[in-house]
Amino acid sequence: MTPSRRLLVFGGIALAALGMLYGLHYALFVEHQILDRMGGSLSEAFVRAAQRQMPQAHDAIDTYASTKYDYVRQVDVHSHWTGLAMLMIVLGVAFDGVGFSERVRSWIAGSMLAGSVLFPLGVILQTSSHGSVLGSALAIVGSGLVTLTLAAAAWGFTRQV
Amino acid sequence: MATVTHKAVGSTEPAGSTSADATFAPAGAPRLLIFGGIALIACGMLFGDIFAVFVLHQNGRQTGEALLAATRAVSAGNVSAVKDIFGNIGGLLEDRGTKVDTHVHMTDAGYLALLLALVQPYIALSPRRKKFLARLFVAGGVLLPAGIFLIHYVGLAYSPFPVIGWGSVLADSAGAMLIAALVGQAWGLWKWLRRGASVGEPELPPDRTWERRTLLTGGTVLVLLGFLYGAWYAGMDLYSHEAREAQILKTILDGATRSHSGSAAAVGDYGSLAAERAVKIAAHSHVIEFGLLAILLSFVQPYVYLSEAWKRRWVMVLLAGSVILPVFVLLELKLGLLAGGIADVGGLLVVVALSAMLVGMLRHGGRLDAAAGRLR
Repeated sequence: MTPSRRLLVFGGIALAALGMLYGLHYALFVEHQILDRMGGSLSEAFVRAAQRQMPQAHDAIDTYASTKYDYVRQVDVHSHWTGLAMLMIVLGVAFDGVGFSERVRSWIAGSMLAGSVLFPLGVILQTSSHGSVLGSALAIVGSGLVTLTLAAAAWGFTRQV
Repeated sequence: MATVTHKAVGSTEPAGSTSADATFAPAGAPRLLIFGGIALIACGMLFGDIFAVFVLHQNGRQTGEALLAATRAVSAGNVSAVKDIFGNIGGLLEDRGTKVDTHVHMTDAGYLALLLALVQPYIALSPRRKKFLARLFVAGGVLLPAGIFLIHYVGLAYSPFPVIGWGSVLADSAGAMLIAALVGQAWGLWKWLRRGASVGEPELPPDRTWERRTLLTGGTVLVLLGFLYGAWYAGMDLYSHEAREAQILKTILDGATRSHSGSAAAVGDYGSLAAERAVKIAAHSHVIEFGLLAILLSFVQPYVYLSEAWKRRWVMVLLAGSVILPVFVLLELKLGLLAGGIADVGGLLVVVALSAMLVGMLRHGGRLDAAAGRLR
């Protein structure tokens, strides 16, 4: 197995394990509470409005929006980490078919691994502080790396003899 | 189906003559995982198509009507009615959610089965254990979506638990089967890594055919397009959608406390926003999943026992369907149900191509088994 394939396959397996462990932790300790808070705050907003307590109704909507902001990103982290891991493993199986030198292939594989770790990490940092600049920057850099390396791999597959 | 040209049907050549044949042995785990995986993906996609046609829009309309009823209850100051309606909305969301999850889990279990078939040469376990793990995985892959589907219909009937029904019990047990199978595979991989243990199973045959290159390149391009669209959605729509949702909900409540007619338009806006968000996320996820599927299918092309011409046709049908579905899902916002119908046809094209490839693989397996029988 060439170094670039090894990096993709075993990096992908490690990332999949990380994504699944995060998902397990999330499902056991976070998800039910956050779903209860989301549903409860929306229901409370309508109940408060029915009681003509509009400031409290608006506060409940704000709580719902803030909770949903976190929920969407937390689920995205799990699905993107495991999805990117699966993509890395699958590409790793076929990576010898990318028509570049092994040195270039190793750069592509390393950049894909780095991007696949950084992109969801940036997204999860956005939940610790809404609108976090560091989180957004990491997510942009990570997704950019993954996109560029995928474009390079697609080009490489067309070059294979 | 056209005449097979690459290797004559009815050839008396021994079955184990190529590495493709050797990795497709009758009692082997790879064959079971490939057949099971493709069948799971095809069934999952067919279920998704049926769900899109017969459930999705109807469920969305019912949810909108329930939200409108909730605003009427707010206008009337009827707190208990608001609570009852939110209970109904919860039921509708459960109905929709469990069906989406059934579709997603069935297709994803199929992807994983294909992925496991690819790594079998690196699993240092006995053939008997590998086959047992493959059976366990495929059984779990069938039972998990079945359990999820039943959650909404079985509910808590005859359940000894206060909040967990028999559907959840079945789904969780099937999930445990999948985890056990994956842990077993990981153990085999660990043994291979630690000791370089001999597996005695050949690697996938090297293949530079048109089908493999087209599926690999096409699949990678599809994933790339999905990523680019996802980045566009995250940059341009995600935050504005979140802000709009909160604003619309406040408008609904403000309108309901003044006059009910004021909130009806806002409820319509809420439905439009939900639809816009749903189609954009569906386009992003489907184009990536189809790309991944194309890449996975590129590896099993040596096992598709069809003529070159038909193999190429099915590859093109699969890639065409993989483009049509997400593009027309997106166009649903502008063209309405017409685009939805074309998107469903795109999904059906993928299912048909997948089924045709499965038939080709069954023919390949049958040819090997028949040749093995003749040798005995």
